[in-house]
Amino acid sequence: MTKKGTIRYICATNIRELCLFGLILLLAFGVNVRSGGSFLTAGNLNAMFVDIAILTILTMGMMSVIITGGIDLSVGSTMALAGMVSTSILRDSIHAQGIGIHPIWVILIAICVGLLAGLVNGILITVLNVMPIITTLGTMSIFRGITHLVSDGRWVLQQDMTTEFLAVATENRLLGINNLIWIALVVFVINFYFLGYSRTGRKIYAIGNSEESAAISGINTKRITALTYIVTGGMAGLAGVLFVARFAAAQSETALGYELFVIAACVLGGVSIAGGTGKVHGAVLGAILFGMLNNALPMLRISPFWQEAIRGLIILGSILINALVVRRANRKVIERRVAA
Amino acid sequence: MSKYLLELKGIDKSFPGVKALDGVDFQLKKGEIHAIMGENGAGKSTFIKVITGAHEPDKGEIFIHDTQVHFRTPKEAQRHSIAAIYQHGTIYPHLSITENIFIGHEDVMGPIKTIHWGMLHKKAKSLLKSLSCDLDPHTLVGGLTVAEHQIIEIAKAISQNAQILIMDEPTASLSRRECDELYKISEKLRDDGVSIIFISHRFEDMYRLATRVTVLRDGKYIGCYNVAEISNKDLISAMVGREINQIYPKRERKIGKEVFRVEGLRRIGYYENISFKVCRREILGFSGLVGAGRSEVMQSIFGIDQMDGGKLFLENKEIIVKSPLEAINLGIGLLPEDRQKQGLVLNWEIYKNITLSNLKQFIRHTILRPKKERLQAKVLGEKIAVKSPTVFEKASSLSGGNQQKVVICKLLNTDLKVLILDEPTKGVDVGAKSQIYDIMNDLANQGYGIIMISSDMPEVLGMCDRIITMREGKITGEFAGEEATQEKLLKASMNTIETEDKAS
Repeated sequence: MTKKGTIRYICATNIRELCLFGLILLLAFGVNVRSGGSFLTAGNLNAMFVDIAILTILTMGMMSVIITGGIDLSVGSTMALAGMVSTSILRDSIHAQGIGIHPIWVILIAICVGLLAGLVNGILITVLNVMPIITTLGTMSIFRGITHLVSDGRWVLQQDMTTEFLAVATENRLLGINNLIWIALVVFVINFYFLGYSRTGRKIYAIGNSEESAAISGINTKRITALTYIVTGGMAGLAGVLFVARFAAAQSETALGYELFVIAACVLGGVSIAGGTGKVHGAVLGAILFGMLNNALPMLRISPFWQEAIRGLIILGSILINALVVRRANRKVIERRVAA
Repeated sequence: MSKYLLELKGIDKSFPGVKALDGVDFQLKKGEIHAIMGENGAGKSTFIKVITGAHEPDKGEIFIHDTQVHFRTPKEAQRHSIAAIYQHGTIYPHLSITENIFIGHEDVMGPIKTIHWGMLHKKAKSLLKSLSCDLDPHTLVGGLTVAEHQIIEIAKAISQNAQILIMDEPTASLSRRECDELYKISEKLRDDGVSIIFISHRFEDMYRLATRVTVLRDGKYIGCYNVAEISNKDLISAMVGREINQIYPKRERKIGKEVFRVEGLRRIGYYENISFKVCRREILGFSGLVGAGRSEVMQSIFGIDQMDGGKLFLENKEIIVKSPLEAINLGIGLLPEDRQKQGLVLNWEIYKNITLSNLKQFIRHTILRPKKERLQAKVLGEKIAVKSPTVFEKASSLSGGNQQKVVICKLLNTDLKVLILDEPTKGVDVGAKSQIYDIMNDLANQGYGIIMISSDMPEVLGMCDRIITMREGKITGEFAGEEATQEKLLKASMNTIETEDKAS
């Protein structure tokens, strides 16, 4: 294939993502003008992308679950549980030894809690054959309930955490860009290769398209499906501890309802709820668009009563526009083939 | 009053990329059974959809009793008493027979239009009785057989006073006996004055039922013939536009050592006491009626379903297969019966489908190399003559025959010793069929042991070195390829049931 042909092929197969990217730019400049230039400033962008970073990490996990045709409603609760368990241990270590454990341990503990939560989901879904939406609806409550029990109704507050731990979310270690953004970037790159260029990734897409074909092709569909829930749990654990570090408080209501934001970001990014399709860079763009809406609407001094409704309208509208553009592009491809 | 009940003149219909129908003419008399034949992709289904109003023709005229009509929706065709039974029926598995029959036109009573269940059940019962079927109309449809589904579809059509009944491949998944039932029902309907149009790949259906046959080829109208006056050979050449003398290619038979053996396989309720062996360079055929348990045996061997007892030996070593993955790793491959649901990922490009069965081959440092995949897909695709512009085309854009070839490529991509082919030419047109036969012979010559399940008897007789017949979960006979005849196979497939059936 020639270089020009390759570029055209990439554009044709990424029409949805290009369209989404255009929408994001349009919205950014539009909001910037209306807000008198206070939107596109380094400070605001950094703050906005820190929020987006946490959403992105979760989206990266959730998308593989949705691609298999499942759904994970328990991620919000897993975030709270992981954040609570890890920072409680941090607080206890401060009380016991005077100095707290290293932040890396806190993060690792949170990831482990998340993986464990994902494992529970995975076992229920693949071994006991409970439907994903029912399983995770149940575990959503269970994990939230355990968080209440672990916390004993108390918050873990700023004074219970070490400065090193809080720095994880506030420090701009490289190039003046916040650590969380870097972490999200790393997660994105790994996921990009995992879903697009690894055997397991290919199998995840195969299961979502046709579980029967996948099984007959010699794929251990149960193991792969369970894996997606475990990975999502791990990501939720990581996102949970970062969320706690950013807001300097862990409580049992942490990230309440966050699972719906993540699902919305996936859908905006072109991950089909029916399973089988969705690109990693698309999902990231979805998370960015969603995060931007959250950040931009208050800046436009729109009444908070209206913000939610407008956000919903924009989500529905952009999905509709996207669907129309993709349909048109597909028809063009067919027409070109006919003409040839 | 004209001679014809339904007449179509010069029908054109195009889809993006294809001219599906090109000047098709058609006439249907009252009380006539009329067959439409042609290769896959000849435009039969599209043509039927024009009659039922599912597709609006680009050009051409439709007349009913000499009055010109325009069908924009299926509802409008229904108002002219046209009903269709499609290949993949519109059955609602969680509803009862009565609900299925009367869906959309229930009898209602009272000001709030309550459904009159009592009456509907009674009506359903008498409809079923008139089709000599004594199922309870309260039964849920999900648990019934395909043949019973069709009877329900027919009842649904009659309940709407259909005068023109269209059937798309009605006998495709019926056993011999069920076909006979369907023939009888069709004849009874004809005698009641209903006109029937049907599409079929089976010549037998046409000879048994139709008085006239319309042949389509590549969307064009080839001709309309009286069934009594046209020979099998002429009909085939009308369909394919060329003479086909030898569909089944001959192969030099040099059967090798035993490669796979099965002893005393059983699964309660499905099959019992199944023992057979297959050798290298041998094609072993499994004949029998649909529902004889052939596919079930193969699915157990391949690890899709469990088995309750029995032993498998691969090259004289006992093996245990618990999943398709293990079967493939041991060297047993399955070409599933339903290639669209079980064999392919229809949304995917051809190359991704081909490499899915063995992704290990295409990684370096745990990362997949798409270039390597495409190269392998191209090599395999060319070897097997998959007709497609590039390996980037989606599997769903291919014809049935070419889809089947992609599934075969997928098998060849793994390292196998035994190939199980379940109905490899089902729904494949004549041209692609003979290519698939060539491929099978090639593979046998390369040393694979091949097991083929097929309900097409001439195909089993033409291709297999040895033939095993099954009936109701048991092996009832084994024949060497040259000594087997259609009569012998049929007798073994149904020996104790209704011996008078065997002549046909």
